[in-house]
Amino acid sequence: MSTLSEVVAALKDRFAEVTDSEFRGQTRVVVQQSQCFDALSCLKNEYGFDMLVDVTCVDYLNFRDATDRFGLVYVLAGTESNLQLTVRVMLNEPDLTVPSVVPLWEGANWMEREVWDMFGIRFEGHPDLRRILLPEEFAAHPLRKDYPLQGRGERHNFPVLTRAEA
Amino acid sequence: MAIELPENVVVSKLDSLASWCRKNSLWPMPFATACCGIELMATGASRHDLARFGAEVFRFSPRQCDLMIVAGRVVMKMLPVLQRIWQQMHEPKWCISMGACASTGGVFDTYSVVQGIDRFIPVDMYVPGCPPRPEQLIQAIIDLQDKIQAEGTIEGREFNTFARQQRKRALMELPIIGGPQIIMPPRQGVN
Ligand code: SF4
Repeated sequence: MSTLSEVVAALKDRFAEVTDSEFRGQTRVVVQQSQCFDALSCLKNEYGFDMLVDVTCVDYLNFRDATDRFGLVYVLAGTESNLQLTVRVMLNEPDLTVPSVVPLWEGANWMEREVWDMFGIRFEGHPDLRRILLPEEFAAHPLRKDYPLQGRGERHNFPVLTRAEA
Repeated sequence: MAIELPENVVVSKLDSLASWCRKNSLWPMPFATACCGIELMATGASRHDLARFGAEVFRFSPRQCDLMIVAGRVVMKMLPVLQRIWQQMHEPKWCISMGACASTGGVFDTYSVVQGIDRFIPVDMYVPGCPPRPEQLIQAIIDLQDKIQAEGTIEGREFNTFARQQRKRALMELPIIGGPQIIMPPRQGVN
């Protein structure tokens, strides 16, 4: 069973342009968009990261020193090796598409739907990529930083019932 | 014309009798969507005992209710449900907006939270507070009872007053869908 630094070293060997960093005991690697599915499936099948803890996203619009727009975050854990690894994929408009990891971890289904709902990242090969929280007809992706906090009037786009009608 | 009435006979109007019956048997529809719902439950429970005012029969079917108590914030996905339930209730019906969130959106001034249910359904009584104490809700129900006694008729005339038909204040300043997007200006010193 390998340690986390061995896993990271092997990952860097195998995939080009993988960078890693550590913050408060948490190891993070950044992989390229084109290699993200291969890297994740390698981590799952060869290094025992059998649990997908979370899939989420960060919008770095106007963030200081940021060069990429979105950071897609996969938090992995190995239940036997007791290792934790954060994998990050940087995405930029207009190519906001990554392969879905549902074939690797079933649990990614709803998490990827949530990321699609809130950030508009498309997961190719997802079995059922619909909005999960917002209504179907909602047009925007509200957790993007260029979406106004109070919305664009969606919350008031309803018919009004008066006493006479109902 | 003089009619001798026995001592135990009271003369009244039929309107007044009907209103008296209605106000003392309000059956609430608990539309509890958030933390205010807990206080609503406390109001119905033994310590505060809503049964003293004839309003303890919480029904979860809108067809059996005549008082909707909206307790908690209503999000845009919930609002069509709220309206459907309101439409399913039979006349005569009343609505209490309980708490800051139901009345105004409260602190949740975000894209998904409706800023006051009175924008979309008629409201008879507002209860301030976050959450309101059970005493406040009881006071609102007592006030509503007075209102029913004063206004209610068996012909439903109370629903045809001008004030009831007026559009609510908040509807005057609705934002326009598809308007110009608000984009945060870039911060200074960012490359
Ligand atoms: S008014 Fe306060 S207690 Fe009531 S739903 Fe809103 S936040 Fe919760």
